[in-house]
Amino acid sequence: MSQDNNGLPRWADVLLIPVINICLALLVSGLIIIAIGEDPIEAVQILLYGAFGYDEALGYTLYYTTNFIFTGLAVAIAFHAGLFNIGGEGQAYIGGLGVGLVMLWLGPVLPFWMLFILGIGAAALFGAAWAYVPAYLQVYRGSHIVITTIMFNFIASALMVYLMVNVLIEPGQMAPQSKQFAEETFLPFIHEIVEAFGGEMVHTPLNISFFWALICCVLLWLYIWHSRWGYELRTVGFNEKAAGYAGINYKKVVILTMCISGALAGFVGINEVQGVHHRLILNFTAGYGFTGIAVALMGRNHPVGIVLASLLFGILYQGGAELAFEVPKITREMVVAIQGLVILFSGALALMIRPAVEKLFRQFNRRPAPVAQEA
Amino acid sequence: MTDLFTVIVLTLDATLRVATPLIFCAMAGLFSERSGIIDISLEGKMLAAAFVAAATAAVTGSAWFAMLAGMTVSVALALLHGLACITYRGNHVVSGVAINILVSGLTVVLGIAWFERGGTTPPLQADARFMPLEWPLAETLGQIPLLGTIYKELLSGHNLLVYVALLIVPLSWWVLFRSRFGLRLRAVGENPQAVDTAGISVAFLRYRAVIICGLLCGLAGTYLSIAQNASFTRDMTAGQGYIALAAMIFGKWRPGTALLACLLFGLLDAVAIRLQGVPLPVVGEVPVQLIQALPYILTVILLAGFIGKAVAPKAIGMPYVKER
Repeated sequence: MSQDNNGLPRWADVLLIPVINICLALLVSGLIIIAIGEDPIEAVQILLYGAFGYDEALGYTLYYTTNFIFTGLAVAIAFHAGLFNIGGEGQAYIGGLGVGLVMLWLGPVLPFWMLFILGIGAAALFGAAWAYVPAYLQVYRGSHIVITTIMFNFIASALMVYLMVNVLIEPGQMAPQSKQFAEETFLPFIHEIVEAFGGEMVHTPLNISFFWALICCVLLWLYIWHSRWGYELRTVGFNEKAAGYAGINYKKVVILTMCISGALAGFVGINEVQGVHHRLILNFTAGYGFTGIAVALMGRNHPVGIVLASLLFGILYQGGAELAFEVPKITREMVVAIQGLVILFSGALALMIRPAVEKLFRQFNRRPAPVAQEA
Repeated sequence: MTDLFTVIVLTLDATLRVATPLIFCAMAGLFSERSGIIDISLEGKMLAAAFVAAATAAVTGSAWFAMLAGMTVSVALALLHGLACITYRGNHVVSGVAINILVSGLTVVLGIAWFERGGTTPPLQADARFMPLEWPLAETLGQIPLLGTIYKELLSGHNLLVYVALLIVPLSWWVLFRSRFGLRLRAVGENPQAVDTAGISVAFLRYRAVIICGLLCGLAGTYLSIAQNASFTRDMTAGQGYIALAAMIFGKWRPGTALLACLLFGLLDAVAIRLQGVPLPVVGEVPVQLIQALPYILTVILLAGFIGKAVAPKAIGMPYVKER
């Protein structure tokens, strides 16, 4: 994340390079589709139709987008402090547990607006707690946050299986799921809101947590770029030693950042548990935590980029479901493979394309071309 | 008494079978990390190798071809990791995550497209697999109490790859700690500048390390799909690559202790199945999920320095840029 642009104009850095990397990832995905004997152009058409083409499509796309915004923001804020939080999956899982516990115990008692606030609070608290331990261990015991958060994903998964099978299971049921929450706890679906105003809309899982995700984007933007804490956070990310000399408490920043990151990941639980399933189930996180890594890398760790990247992955998820339905040879896991390729090209191989583009621009600039460019 | 003894021997026997892929992967991780390359893509490489080995075995009917194919694809992924981490100085963890996610998607996509069995490969005949090897006189000597049981149940009757895994450990130790290559490899993980000053290529050394890592992960995957099982099933590695990573850390980046950690984690796995629903003295019934999570919990505790101290190679995760 160096500021040294090597003669690269800002728009190329922010827009051109990410787009090239995504195109490379999609190109390889196209080759895979050709390899299994299908037509990639047709696949893209079906995918886009699946994501936008019919009435329910957009709602589903935005419902997936909601999850990716949360996990993408979670990974991004950690990146800004120079931390890699792979534990989004586990934090989302535990955050959902927090939401579920609140709804199960207080569901029938309290009014909705209190439940809504308590749900957000519980998701944040549980998610943050699950991120706090690795952060604490990194800062005070010197263990590596990457390894600890990976381990915590597995521990979260084992814990949830135990709780669902032995404790929270609905009595008399075989499937490991809790009983349904009281109806007062359900987050309003967007189609319900539209209907309340006399409009008409097809039923989709899209609910008001989508707006909470957008609010989180704004809050995070303010926090990282327009607050004292954010300044400290970015300073630690650039150079933790220098930050220390400047009087910034490195330990505090790491722990606070990881807690915010965990809380953001935990909000997936709001959308999934309180918004859609209305009960605790196993594996409701479905890999969204890992998708957050791709989203953050693709969105260059900026809220605007993250919303766009989340939308793209929402399209891929929803369109991918349609694609799997229409073309049996291409399964939903194709989206997972694309996700891996995106992480590869815009993350691990980010420096592959960059020098070439820089060289191109330097050659271009050496000529007295009358192109006025800012920065 | 003899019953208990038989149970113990059988549990150890199961331990060995479960621990084999862990041993391969832990040794693989050891070579990579000792050279300074963080590798959390053990899981992905193993899964890819498992898929390709099972697919090749199903098509050609040859276990050896399958092993070759599995190792080839694993090395290819290792080289991709190397390209990202060594040549393009990318983030090691990001690259590892990318490979894991890519493989977990791609194996299912290709599996369904090629075999149309919902992600599994066709079941393999015995000659397309590595089958258990009976040691000489196993049946006869098995009659002898105690020692005979150990000989027949524990030592004999594993497939070739189990024995290979056990041989890989001393071999890894010898290569890493007694050979010139190993000395240089460890040096490049601690202080690449020094190695570079001595006129040895840092990049070439690290590439060789990731290739070895790929070969060993390939063996682990081959073992899973055509030796331990008779076909590939989707996500069949089920986190074992991460357990191996944990075992390597738990073994403090040394082959011998890593082997012990693999066996311990394998034992936990073998015991977890046996202990399901059995009340233990003192503690009562232990949830099977707790035993399954124990490798991860132990690793976290170890890394936090509560049981000894695990110190990673010094230059791990840092790209090497030659000063000009």
